[in-house]
Amino acid sequence: MSMRRHGFWIGALCVLALAYGLTLAIRNEYAFFAGFIILQFIVLATAWNILGGYAGYVNFGTSAFFGIGVYTAIFLFKALGAPLLVQMAGAAVMGALLGFVTGLLTLRLHGIFFSIATVAMTIILETLVINWKYVGGATGIQVLRPPVTEPFDSYIKMLFVIGVALVIVAVALSRHVQGSWIGRGLRAIRDDETAAECTGVPTLRLKLLACSISGALMCAAGAPSAMYLQFADTTSAFNLNYSVSALAMSLIGGTSHWAGPVLGAIVLGVTQQALTVTISSELNVLVLGVMLILFVVGAPEGLLGLLRKGWARLARGGGS
Amino acid sequence: MALRLTVADLDAGYGAVRALQGVSMTVEDGETVVLLGTNGNGKSTLMKCLMGLVRPTKGMIGLELDGVRHDLADLPTDEIVGLGVALVPEGRRLFPKLTVEENLTLGAFRKAARAKLAEGLAFAYEAFPVLLERRKQLAGTMSGGQQQMLAIARALMSSPRLLLVDEPSVGLSPLLVSQTITKIGELKQRFGLTVLMAEQNFHQAVRIADRGYIIVHGEIAFEGRTVEELRSNDLIKKLYLGGAA
Repeated sequence: MSMRRHGFWIGALCVLALAYGLTLAIRNEYAFFAGFIILQFIVLATAWNILGGYAGYVNFGTSAFFGIGVYTAIFLFKALGAPLLVQMAGAAVMGALLGFVTGLLTLRLHGIFFSIATVAMTIILETLVINWKYVGGATGIQVLRPPVTEPFDSYIKMLFVIGVALVIVAVALSRHVQGSWIGRGLRAIRDDETAAECTGVPTLRLKLLACSISGALMCAAGAPSAMYLQFADTTSAFNLNYSVSALAMSLIGGTSHWAGPVLGAIVLGVTQQALTVTISSELNVLVLGVMLILFVVGAPEGLLGLLRKGWARLARGGGS
Repeated sequence: MALRLTVADLDAGYGAVRALQGVSMTVEDGETVVLLGTNGNGKSTLMKCLMGLVRPTKGMIGLELDGVRHDLADLPTDEIVGLGVALVPEGRRLFPKLTVEENLTLGAFRKAARAKLAEGLAFAYEAFPVLLERRKQLAGTMSGGQQQMLAIARALMSSPRLLLVDEPSVGLSPLLVSQTITKIGELKQRFGLTVLMAEQNFHQAVRIADRGYIIVHGEIAFEGRTVEELRSNDLIKKLYLGGAA
């Protein structure tokens, strides 16, 4: 047990070291521009899955959390000149609070009604930010990056390493939730919420916790976007694409295990980035939709389900 | 002495529908009390009130445990389970897409039970060998009788003192009903439980009962202080043997 726990953290350190190594080895900054987007999606999908996958509450408001993350960062930067890590921490706190409120919605709303409420929440929050002149309102806002900190030689490379660190935090949290009594309780809620209640699962407390963790991670993922683009406007910060992608990546990867959304985000994210460069960025959404349909019909348990089946077949074949 | 459940003048309902009216009853330590009544008379609503799943509009539900009184009408369900009350819900309400073992483990969610998880699982598998054979199987893919056993075993995982059983006969063949009732009687003896069982199947239910209540249209219509009193009651004849008697 403790061996496995150490194994995870040793692996995490290796990944972090590798990420830093890449920033030294690769000259072309475009790789990091594209890589950062994929990392962001891994965090969003992992965060989405904590509520949507484990507990079965489909959140369509990923873009609301992402947007609030972006604008929390902008506010902290403009008002206090806060450094990037403080912006991210502030966004995480805002995300946890917003997640808590979302969790309260589950008191009365289940299934599709909960999902619709999260869409409404996105629109309300976007409208509020559009009318908030201090952070640029509808016209958007320019952000002037501070100089890059040591030991990095370019800002985008620093963002890339921070993105990797955030992925590690997200995966560690998701993994902890999955393996603990929290995860057991959430799976019970997904299967039959009344039965979960009957067996003594504190359903509301667990849903609030899952919403808060998920929200904090989503906002933290959005926070570096302002510095990444050096610009923010509501249309892109609250873009519905984040909601759809986080959901699709989790479903395509497989929602029952923390590795599912990671896998889904990598496969889909890489495909999208490749298509953006080679064909067009408009085609992305189409590919996402087609892949989602194919998986929902052909592999309802996602890539992980396919891998498991393949593995079982291989084991059986080897045995006979 | 150490445990007493008292329900006094309880009203409950769903919107404009009144499901329970002025229900009063008691369950004493170590007893098996049956709540008899045909469909739609409020048995399940009373069970849900006891678990905090439905809030009464009037009246009180007191659980006395070793001299301390708890008002169940004010407590959330997880705390009621924490006090040692467990429900085997009507229609079993298992987690169909989780395995047998995961279902059992969830029964031990309360903090005190988690510490004794391994012990609880061992007990459950000993009492229900079929569950050990099928521990990796998804609960929803088992037969009705096996599911009912799992539902009972899951409730016992929280090491309850008061076991509520809501209509264990639903959806089972007569033979399985008989086996299930016998099993509940055995487990009661073995774990020193106090049992309140809601049931329509009069003949099966009174086999293990000490005494009981008959509930009609949300009101306690008759209180039988012994099984004999229940058997010889006219209401029973009317409800179960057709109005002509």
